[in-house]
Formats: sequence, C-alpha cells, structure tokens
Amino acid sequence: MVIAAAEQRVWDALAGIPDPEIPAISVVDLGVIGAVDVDAERVHVDLLPTFVGCPAIEVMRQQIGERVGALALAPRVEVVVTFDPPWTSDRISAAGRDRLRASGFAPPVAAPSVSGLDELLVLAAAPCPYCGSRNTTMENAFGPTLCRSIHHCADCRQPFEQFKTL
Amino acid sequence: MSELDAATRDALGELLLALADDELVIGYWDSEWTGIAPMLEEDVAMSSISQDEIGHAAALYGLLAELTGTDADAIAYGREPDAYRHARLLDHPRTDWAFTMARRYLYETADAARLEALARSSHAPLAQLAAKMRREERYHLMHVDAWVRRLAEGDDATRERLEAAFARLAADAASVLAPLAAEDVLVGAGILPEPMRTIRERWLEAITGPLESRRLAVPSPTPPPDARSSHGADWAWLHGEMTMVSRSEVGATW
Repeated sequence: MVIAAAEQRVWDALAGIPDPEIPAISVVDLGVIGAVDVDAERVHVDLLPTFVGCPAIEVMRQQIGERVGALALAPRVEVVVTFDPPWTSDRISAAGRDRLRASGFAPPVAAPSVSGLDELLVLAAAPCPYCGSRNTTMENAFGPTLCRSIHHCADCRQPFEQFKTL
Repeated sequence: MSELDAATRDALGELLLALADDELVIGYWDSEWTGIAPMLEEDVAMSSISQDEIGHAAALYGLLAELTGTDADAIAYGREPDAYRHARLLDHPRTDWAFTMARRYLYETADAARLEALARSSHAPLAQLAAKMRREERYHLMHVDAWVRRLAEGDDATRERLEAAFARLAADAASVLAPLAAEDVLVGAGILPEPMRTIRERWLEAITGPLESRRLAVPSPTPPPDARSSHGADWAWLHGEMTMVSRSEVGATW
C-alpha cells in the first residue's frame, strides 16, 4: 500500500511535466512514461522516446529527475531510456489528443503495423484541428520536429500540423 | 552483456559498428541538403530524415559503448577515417538530387530488409531498437519511393540523371548487405537471425521489379570487395567536416 501510494505520487508529479516541444501535453499524456517503480533504494522511471533521435529526451530526463527527486521518496532517482516497449502514437491518451487539438495539432490516427509501407494509413487525411474538416492535404510528411508533419485545410484555409502516426 | 562469450561479443560489436556507421554517414551526406534542397519542403524533409539517421546511429553507438565499456561519442567521432565500417555505397558524395535519391532508394530498401531481420534478433536490445527504427524508416521509404517514381517519369534531362545515378551505384549497392567477418558466430547465436546473403537475396527480389519497370539499373547481386573498408578521398573529406567540431575542442561537453 505504501509503495502503491508512493508510485501514485510519482505519476502525479510526472503529469505536471510538459513535453518540451509541445508544452500543451504532459509527458504522461504523451505516453512516454513506460513504468514507475519505487523501492527503498531508488525511484525508477522508464522513459520511452517518441523518435529514436528525439533531441528533447535529455531535457525530459533532467526534468523528471528534478521533479521526482523533489518528492524525496528514495535516496536516488534513475530515469532509463528504453525501447521496451516501443513508443507508438497509440500511447497518446484521450485527454492528450484533446489537448493536441486544442493547441492546433491533429492527433495521430491509429498506428499501422510495421509490415509494408502502409502508405494509405499514413497519408489518410488528417481532420483539421480548427474546423474538423477532412478536406485536407498533407503538404509534407516531415515538419519542424521529427514527430510532426505539415498539412493544409482546404475549407478553413488554415495550415496545421499533425503529430505523426508512428 | 556478461552472458556473451568473447567471440560473440566481438562479432556483435562488428555488426553494431557497421549498422551505426551506415546510419551516421548517410545522415551526414544527406544533411548537406539543408539550406540548398530543390524546394523548401525537401529542405525540411532531408533535414528531418538526416536527424533520424544520426539519431539511429547515436542509439546504435550507445549499444556498442555499453557492450565494450567505452564512450558512444568517442566511437562516433574519435576514429581515423580508415576505422569506419560503413558500406561502400555510402562512400559516394551527395552529387545531385537524382543521385541522392537513387542512393537513398538503394540504401533504404536494403536497410529495411536488414531491420526486418534484426527485429527478430536474439539480442533483445538490438531487436527492440530495430523494431523501433522500422516505424520511422517507413516514412523514409515512402519519401524516396515517391521521388524515384517522380524522377523516373520526368523529362529527358531528369531521366538521364536518374539512370546515370542508378548505373553508377549498381556495383556498390549490395555492400550494405555484404557478409560480416564473424557472421557465422552471429547467425549461430541468433543475433543475426539469417545470413546477410539471405537478406540480400530478399532485398534484390523486392526491388528488381520496380527498378525494371522504371527502366533503371538493377544492382549487382555480389557485394564489391572491401565492402566496408578502403573508403577513399570523398569519405576522408566528409570525415574532416563531420569531426571538425569535436576535433577543435577535444573532450568538450555542452
């Protein structure tokens, strides 16, 4: 019970840490926290990178270390970057998707399998986060950060970004 | 990693170094398009793709550093040009846009075949990383496939450049899937689930149809000799560029 309560406090603290690149969404809603484990020696947090080369990982690791360390639940905090399980865009929570939309990002569609190119799924029209129209086109599968693509809405004529389906 | 015997550890190190050097070198060559790509969208795309590749290299060097008790940055930037083990295909300079797209097509399709196999590796950290990389590489494949199709259907001048690029790279493309020196050890341990030869045959079978239908040169099935060594002058130049910062302040951190 004591352990469970301590772990809940860690999750609550993590929920207050924004994604460094899209601050509207927390690292918990983004799904990059794989696991939390607390014992007498240390607090252990598994951090799952969205993209292997994500440059925000070190910033996240540092912020997690500081916030969780401030809870003083154990003598040390270890934040381990791992690909087990792999982060996929399906890990973004329902609340996270709402927050993405509210800040002008289309959320990803359901993550495709990795077999073949799955072009149709990836290129499926992203609903416009401003007006909801599906009359949109992908302008570029690559955007300002590794995890974002660039789109245009033909109805409200607004350019927007999508959090990539991965 | 203590459960691996010395021979297996050395063989795994050779594999990781080849994979990491491939991703680092293609990432650096293609990052040269940043600022000068034929259109703004491609400026963004090539920058993003290159960042992915260099990120993959960093993760692979990280696995190697863990295996050998060394430092990932030192492996990535601290070696002499001759010590790099990237494939011969990646010794060519960026050249023009058609050449870059032709090389990317040959590299990405070969890399996809290799990652599909490595995602089944008995070495869990490598299998997990390969599975993760495959999700990102799918975007790279879509990108280059669309470009090769577009250039192949272009005007005479465009086709000429694309045909020349595939012809020039035909002898070197199979270098990405050349056998490794200690490959038997890796296959025996299930670290490499099947020989490079098998992966190479599957790759060639997958791309022969699309290349023939676009009237582009199909790569030689036989890797060149010295497929991952004796890199030449273009590589020496790129090595000088990409290690310039680390050489100017050895040991600096930021």
